[in-house]
Amino acid sequence: MRAYLSYFKLKFISGLQYRQAAYAGIATQFFFGFVYIMIYVAFYQTGGKNLPMELPQLITYVWLNQAFFALICQFYKDSELFTLIKTGNISYEFSRPKSIYFLWYFKILGQRLANVFLRFLPLFIVTILLPKPYNFGMPTSPLAFLIFLVSMIIGTLLITALTVFYPIITLVTLNEKGITNILIVIADLFSGIGIPLVFFPKLLLKVSSVLPFQYISDLPFRIYVGNIPVSACIKPMIIQFVWLILLVLIGQLLLRIIIKRVEVQGG
Amino acid sequence: MSYIKVDQISKTFKVAKKKSGLKEAFKSFFKREYLYVEAIKDASFEINKGEIVAYIGPNGAGKSTTIKILSGILVPDSGKCKIAGMIPWEDRKKYVKKIGVVFGQRSQLWWDIPAEDTFDLLRDIYDIPNDKYQITKKNLIEKLNLKDIINIPVRQLSLGQRMRCEIAASLLHEPEILFLDEPTIGLDAISKQVVRDFIKKLNKEKNTTIILTSHDMSDVTTLAKRIILIGKGKVLYDGSLQKLKSNYIKEKTINIETNDKINTKKKGIKKVTKTKKGYELVINQDEITINQFINYITSKVTISNIDIEEDNIDNLIVKLYQDYNI
Repeated sequence: MRAYLSYFKLKFISGLQYRQAAYAGIATQFFFGFVYIMIYVAFYQTGGKNLPMELPQLITYVWLNQAFFALICQFYKDSELFTLIKTGNISYEFSRPKSIYFLWYFKILGQRLANVFLRFLPLFIVTILLPKPYNFGMPTSPLAFLIFLVSMIIGTLLITALTVFYPIITLVTLNEKGITNILIVIADLFSGIGIPLVFFPKLLLKVSSVLPFQYISDLPFRIYVGNIPVSACIKPMIIQFVWLILLVLIGQLLLRIIIKRVEVQGG
Repeated sequence: MSYIKVDQISKTFKVAKKKSGLKEAFKSFFKREYLYVEAIKDASFEINKGEIVAYIGPNGAGKSTTIKILSGILVPDSGKCKIAGMIPWEDRKKYVKKIGVVFGQRSQLWWDIPAEDTFDLLRDIYDIPNDKYQITKKNLIEKLNLKDIINIPVRQLSLGQRMRCEIAASLLHEPEILFLDEPTIGLDAISKQVVRDFIKKLNKEKNTTIILTSHDMSDVTTLAKRIILIGKGKVLYDGSLQKLKSNYIKEKTINIETNDKINTKKKGIKKVTKTKKGYELVINQDEITINQFINYITSKVTISNIDIEEDNIDNLIVKLYQDYNI
C-alpha cells in the first residue's frame, strides 16, 4: 500500500507544479459556467413548464460541474502514461513487484486530485459571492452535505477506475487517440457534464441508467443541490459503489489478459 | 542446477505491413496485411550464479526481446524459462524483486524531480526497510559518484550522469541478477569507464549475476568472459570470448619496417604488399605461429620496427556477422 501511496504523492506534488495551466483552466471554467447559466436563465424565464430542476439548484449544479471539471471530465490531460506506452518506457513499469493496475490507478488519482486542487477553491469563493441568480448555493442540510461528500469520494474513485481503461486500451492500440476518443465523448455525454441528465429524453435516460457514467458526478451533485432527497439516495449510492468495485475488477482482468500479449515499442 | 535456464523460447511479433503512398494508405484502411517477425527462435542457454555474460548481436537480432522475456516483461510464445527457481512471467511480482533492469535507451527516473525522490519511491515499491535502504543508497552514491547530481531534477542531468543514476536506481533493492540492456549507449569514454568499473566491482563483491547487451565491444571485452551471439533470433555461438578469438582470428596483419627486400613464398604467409617504409604481411596462424614467423623474418632481413596488429574485436564481430549472414 505504501508504494501506491508514494506514487500518488509524487504525482500529486508534481501535478501541483502546473500552475499556469490551472489559471487558464479556472478562466475557462468561469467562462463556460457563465455561458451555461445564461442559457438556462433564458430558458427558465421564457416559461418552461414541468422543469425537472429548480433554477438555483441547476445553477449550483453547473458551478459544481465547473469547479470539479478537472476531476470528473473523462479527458485525462496528463500524457505521461500514454508516452510511457508509446515510447516503450513502460518496460520499467512492468518490472516492478507491484500491481501495474494499481500503480496506474494511483498515478491517475494523484494527477486528477492535483489538477482539481488548484482549481476548485477560487471558483467556489468567487461564485458564492456572485449576485442571485448566478451564485453558488449552499447545501440543503448538513446531512445532505455529508452524504454528498461520501458520494463524491466514491465518484472520484469511479472516474479514476474509468480513466485507467484508457491506458489499458492504449497498450493494444498503441495510440491514445482513436477508440479512446470515441469512448471519452460517449462517457462525457452520459455523465451529465455537458447537459445535466435530468434534461435528457426518456430513451437516453434509459440508456444512461445502465451505464456507470452518471455515478461519477451527476449523483453526488444532485444530492448536494437537493434534487435527490436524502431519503432517496441510499439505492443509487449502492449502485455507485457496485460500479466502482466492478470496474476495478474488470480493469484488472482486462489488463492481465492484455499484458500476456503485449508488445513493447522500440528496441 | 543452473541458476538461469532458458529452454527453446520463441517469440513472434505481428507487425502491420504498410507500403508508402496515399493509395496504399487508403487500401490498408480496409484490408490490413500483417507481417510475422520471429524476434526470437528456439533460444536455449544456461547461466550460472555470479557469471557475467554478454549477449551480443546486430540490431534487431532479438537481444532486447530476450532480456524482456527474462525480466518477466514479455511472455514468450513457446519455450520454458526458469530463473532462480521461478518462471519470470508467471511469478512476476515475486520474481522481479530479485532482479534489476537497466534499459539504456529508456528511463525509470521521474523527469521533473531529482533522482533521490525516485529512489525514495523505489524504496516503497520494493518494500526496502529504511535502514537497509539508507546504507545501500549511501554505498551506491559513493561508488557511482552521485553526491553532486542526486538532488538536481533529472531533466537537467547529462546523459552520463543520468545513466549512473539509472544504474543506482536499479540496484537499490540489491538484486541477485542484473540485466543491462546497452548500459553505455551514448556515453563518453570516462562515463563508460565508471560504469564498467562499477559493474565489475558489483559482480565481484556481491556475486551478482549480470547479463549485458552492448554494441560497444570494449564493454564486452572488459566485462564478460562468456558471450552469447544471437542473430535473426537464433543463438549462434555460446562460449568464451578467448575461444571465439582464437577460432576466428586466424589471419594476422604484421607491418615491418625494413630497408631490405622481402621476397618470400614461405608457407603461411598469405600476402606481401610493399608500403612506404617496408612491407605489410598477412599470415595464417594455423600454418605459422607468430614466433615462427618472427624467427624466420629476422633470419632473412634486418628489421628496424615491427607492428603486429591488435586483435580487433570489432573487426571480429563484423566478420562473424558476415559469416553467419546476419
